Amino acid sequence: MNTIWALAGVVIKELYRRKDFYVLFVLTALITIAAGMVNFFNDPKIVRYVKDICMLLIWVSTLLIAIVTTARQIPAECESRTIFPLLAKPVTRWQFILGKFLGCWLATGIALVVFYSFFAIITGSREQQWPWLTYLQAIWLQWAMLAVVIALSLCGSIFAAAPSSTTTICFIAVAGILLVGGHLNTVALHQSQPLQTIFYTIYFLIPHLEWFDIRDRVVYDWGRLNWLDCALATFYAAAYTGLFLLLTWLGFRRKSLNT
Amino acid sequence: MKASPYLVLALVLAVCFALATGIEPRASMWSDRAKSNNVFSLLFGDGRRLFANQFFTMADVYFHSGYYPSVFDLREEDQKEIVAESHGHTDSPEDEIKEDFLGKPKDWIDRFGRHFRITEHTHLEHGNEREILPWLRLAADMDPQKIETYTVGSYFMRTRLNQPREAETFLREGLRNNPNSYEILLELGRLYDENDHDTGRARGVWQLALHKWAKNPEAVKDDKLAFEEITDHLAQLEREAGNWQQAINWFQAAQKVSPNPNALQQRIDEIKKKMAAQPNAPAAAPH
Repeated sequence: MNTIWALAGVVIKELYRRKDFYVLFVLTALITIAAGMVNFFNDPKIVRYVKDICMLLIWVSTLLIAIVTTARQIPAECESRTIFPLLAKPVTRWQFILGKFLGCWLATGIALVVFYSFFAIITGSREQQWPWLTYLQAIWLQWAMLAVVIALSLCGSIFAAAPSSTTTICFIAVAGILLVGGHLNTVALHQSQPLQTIFYTIYFLIPHLEWFDIRDRVVYDWGRLNWLDCALATFYAAAYTGLFLLLTWLGFRRKSLNT
Repeated sequence: MKASPYLVLALVLAVCFALATGIEPRASMWSDRAKSNNVFSLLFGDGRRLFANQFFTMADVYFHSGYYPSVFDLREEDQKEIVAESHGHTDSPEDEIKEDFLGKPKDWIDRFGRHFRITEHTHLEHGNEREILPWLRLAADMDPQKIETYTVGSYFMRTRLNQPREAETFLREGLRNNPNSYEILLELGRLYDENDHDTGRARGVWQLALHKWAKNPEAVKDDKLAFEEITDHLAQLEREAGNWQQAINWFQAAQKVSPNPNALQQRIDEIKKKMAAQPNAPAAAPH
């Protein structure tokens, strides 16, 4: 376990050494503050649009951080040949993958906490209320969703030719699932065979990441979710994360490390 | 002779400056875009109108606190509820059923997914209607010719948010952008009548609205409801002022296009009864 933590620690250090996170955070903060300063019909109590914009930016930024950070982990180690001394030590390939996954997941978790702290300060200062438990659920579900995304990116980085292609494919897949995934059953109903079967198969196979997006509940003040639903969604995310990590290991086990 | 690079640079700068002073006055006339003081107009040109409808829809989404059909969900009625609400329509139980676009869950994924979505049909109330205003502001900036934006915004500001002055400013802006809009004049008349209780201004504005309506062939053909609303408002105004004969004349005008003329006839009969009870009542012709 110490080996996995050590590998994860390196990834976390990489996150705060690189500029990606800082740039995205500053952009999010600037856009949110600028949006919050706009005066609409002399009514200072209007706040939901600021929450909406900030939450959207948080989702885009953390997805960017998660996918971009993860996609370059294994190819970078292979390219710089640092993977050879790593695997020469008593580090198995499974530990290597788990360490990389854990590092990326924890790094995005840290980023999430920073982003949501900013969100809570900005919205709390205007609304004078802090629904901490709702925020906690939002962070947790988003983090669980990011675990699936990170595992997917890690898996993609084993099979794709370059980090850029992994990033692009993962972005398209994740955005597609978030935007269309939940509606594929409705779309399938209006199709003829064999398209209907194809759509239904995709619908039941893909991880339904849209469940984890509870931005509307936060923005429109709908209050917190049932904790049992949160727990079930977490198990669902864990299952898909495990599946993608297993696929990554299967691919990595037989992968030639010479670039 | 070898010219100094600084000299060349100074010469180029001087030429640029001279050209700029010569071309700038003409360039400002090439397009209306540069003259605009609206940042969206400057950035997107006429393409901004494409976004206006989306922002108007966002106002409706906010009005429902997120409970809103996506492009994949079928919805029978296409009219935005913020527009319906601004025309005094409230949801009946049948409307509620019609607007339940989700229906029954289709499978376990759909069923479980609904625990995370907003599945309750509600409307903003208790002053929270203010949250739709940023989207209406943006919609107006994107498409200043979209008249519904001004009338809906004004309705919510004056009836729900106690902001009649902001509503008036918004309507005046709409009127500047759409000088022939009888819809905006109708809403402005409501503001003067219901909020300011200034019947004189309301009468003047509604009469102008009627004039604009009559001059618009499309409205005369397709928007009979607006005529009914304007004449009905004028009739009520005259009735309250005690100008009964004028009120009768306006109600009779409204009757010609009303889907429910009997209700208007009842009002006319009530006024006639009052007139009969007061033989010295004023009986002037309408304007």
